[in-house]
Amino acid sequence: MTSDPAEPAPAEPAPSTPAPASGPAPDSARWGTRFLYHLWSANAFTVTALAIVLALLIGAVLIVVSDAEVRATYGYLFARPGDALTASWERISDAYATLFRGAVVDPGAIGRALDGTGSWAAVFGPSSETLTAAAPLVFTGLAFALAFRGGLFNIGVQGQTILGAIGAGLAGFLLPLPVLLHLVLALLAGGLAGAAWAFGPGILKARTGAHEVITTIMLNSVAAIFIGWVIIQSWALDQSRQGAISHPVDQSARLPRLFGWLDPGLRVHLGILVALAAVAGVAWLLNRSSVGFELRAVGLNPQAARVAGMSVTGTYVLVMVIAGGLAGLGGATVVLGTAYALTTLVAGSVGFDGILVGLLGRAKPWGVFAAALLFGALQAGGRAMQTGSGISLELVQVIQALIVIFVAAPALVKATFGLRAIRIGRISGVAARGW
Amino acid sequence: MTAAVHTPTSEPVRFWSRERKVGLAVTVAGVLAAFGFGALAGDQPASFTLADNTSGAAVSINGLLGAVLFGLLGAAAGAGLWLPGARRWFGALLAAGIVAVVGSFLCWQLSDSALNIMPLGQVAQGSMRFALPLIFGGLAGVLGERSGVINIAIEGQFISGAFAAAMVATLLASVWAGILAAAVGGLVIAALLAVLAIRYLVDQIVVGVVLIVFALGLTGFLFEQLMRQDPSRYNQPARVPTWEVGLLSDIPLLGPVLFRTNIFVYLALALVAAVHFGLFHTRWGLRTRAVGEHPTAADTVGVRVLGMRYRNVLVGGVLAGIGGATFTLEATTNFSKGMTAGLGFIALAAMIFGRWSPVGVLLAALFFGFCRALAIYLGTIGSPIPSQFLNMLPYLATIAAVAGLAGRVRAPAADGKPYVKG
Repeated sequence: MTSDPAEPAPAEPAPSTPAPASGPAPDSARWGTRFLYHLWSANAFTVTALAIVLALLIGAVLIVVSDAEVRATYGYLFARPGDALTASWERISDAYATLFRGAVVDPGAIGRALDGTGSWAAVFGPSSETLTAAAPLVFTGLAFALAFRGGLFNIGVQGQTILGAIGAGLAGFLLPLPVLLHLVLALLAGGLAGAAWAFGPGILKARTGAHEVITTIMLNSVAAIFIGWVIIQSWALDQSRQGAISHPVDQSARLPRLFGWLDPGLRVHLGILVALAAVAGVAWLLNRSSVGFELRAVGLNPQAARVAGMSVTGTYVLVMVIAGGLAGLGGATVVLGTAYALTTLVAGSVGFDGILVGLLGRAKPWGVFAAALLFGALQAGGRAMQTGSGISLELVQVIQALIVIFVAAPALVKATFGLRAIRIGRISGVAARGW
Repeated sequence: MTAAVHTPTSEPVRFWSRERKVGLAVTVAGVLAAFGFGALAGDQPASFTLADNTSGAAVSINGLLGAVLFGLLGAAAGAGLWLPGARRWFGALLAAGIVAVVGSFLCWQLSDSALNIMPLGQVAQGSMRFALPLIFGGLAGVLGERSGVINIAIEGQFISGAFAAAMVATLLASVWAGILAAAVGGLVIAALLAVLAIRYLVDQIVVGVVLIVFALGLTGFLFEQLMRQDPSRYNQPARVPTWEVGLLSDIPLLGPVLFRTNIFVYLALALVAAVHFGLFHTRWGLRTRAVGEHPTAADTVGVRVLGMRYRNVLVGGVLAGIGGATFTLEATTNFSKGMTAGLGFIALAAMIFGRWSPVGVLLAALFFGFCRALAIYLGTIGSPIPSQFLNMLPYLATIAAVAGLAGRVRAPAADGKPYVKG
């Protein structure tokens, strides 16, 4: 985890880099020139990085527009332009610096830890928060990405996540089980609940052709209502606490904190390691197994897959069930890792964010992992920004949405920055099609 | 969508026609209602009043008798669908069957609860109130999808419309300015949708989902940064006034719903009529449908496919934005974060359930509104059925509809497919 601070550095291909002259790069050019030449083309990495830059820029505009004091300085912009620019710059840099300190590391904390006045826990706190926020997003991102590769648009990640949360939560406080077994069974219950919730759209798609986008959207709403019903049942509701909240999950079913021995405030838990395993598992499934091959074949061209003797309908059901299971694990991670009890909004927007994570990760397992880390960092940093700079957390939501918009429309980024055209790596998977 | 099943011109008459399938389903539901609800019904009477409160003249019926009688009526309506020539009376018989089964259900509920009376006027007004944004949103969806652009982002257009309405109506102290601003708010999201989907060919469902997140985030952010800091300046719009239409507003039951109400209801009903007329009786409508079903053919005869799509998506955005205004100028008088609470998705459901047609949207929206109003009323009289299950009904009904349980619903053929000339 100590390598975290160094990570974002290479991700910034400073937009001020002068665009190299167009035309083919001469072979004799120095290595650095050729590197720059290829860097400034519309490849996946550059487009993603520039999408982040663009989104942060628009976020900066929003910060300025929404701040009354800074807005006031624009009232006399032409009299004293310096005031407006200074005020804007200070506000923006303060906000984004706080975001960075809350997401990656606070340089001041390192200094304090080194000379003994501060604790090391404060140094690792931000990255711990980032990983904590990223863990469920990895699962939900994979749930979207896997289905996407199989040609299905799983908008039901949110509903499957909610069901996973319910399953894991109920198993967590209803079953009296010993330490290790309880956690495993609770995770399993979450995964199974999510899988069961996704089975419906899968079988309907296979049997009747009912479009999965419609059925899963409807099931999202049903799940949101259903959890509201579950919580207020007498066997779930915690009478001793205010409001609609379930009994707390037993200690034996909670995901243990990885660095609890260093400082109990470091919330990062086992979930991130399970998530890592899930990424590796899905990567193997997609790229190395015969199931994955069929899945991708069906996703790329169902007719061809059918002619080749693959069971398209069977694949649809299987894909949805696995995706639902992953989403369910995401919900379980939330309940067993951080929330420890069911509430109506326990899953928050983890499922919807998972769709964005899956898209940003270009529906590839390790891409999803990187995207989940980015979103986790934005959310951890966003919370710091909310308390530290008084900029509400929704800004992060806007930035996330913008990043995905720009990544999904690479032509937009290409035109904005004048990138050299190459064969654009569009988000692979389902081509645009109707229902 | 499904593998090309070509219907030959002389299709042999299938035994399990739509009428017979639906007829069987309604008959079974009616019989189940007669026995099930009849067995559960208490011996109290069930009373219905036409007014919007529990006083006044009431129609009473013994709970058990009512449940059985209505159930059998439903079964009879279902059986009627098996009669020769039932095709012509399909809609009426189906409606009668559904109403009878609902009536049987209500007789059980009312005879089994603490208060045995239901003011139909109140429920009707509640249904219209909940249906209102769904009508606007559903029409927005119809406009987009009939011309081939999937509009999942209705939720985003709702929330931006609601936000713009609250903000501008407060700043300018005029609800009319607020409605105008709501239209612009919906238009902005629709414009983003149109440009990204039509110009940049991004998958329309991707764009829709992302735009929802974007709109929810943006309005939430501005709410926290502006409205919460100074609510009296930014977030205290007035409510739209109620207009009565002379004597018509005194009609029992329907009068208060249709003729003693606000501009949104009048506008919604007028728009349903206008879009229906436009789609099926004008040149614009023919072209819109052509572009949504077979853009290449439309292009060949000189219809500007992309122009048509842009125009319809943008007009749809205006409608959905106005629908959003109902949240802040009619249902409540302030904006709060995420206040549309997924109603944009129910609007989508209403469009699908209404088979991509304006009148269908109206009926579906009213049905969904009725479910919600009923859930609330049954909750207040202490019904044993959790209101959550009634609230799920619209979504489950939509799933049943797309799964083809009661006649197949079919989207326009080119819905969601970007058009690239050449």
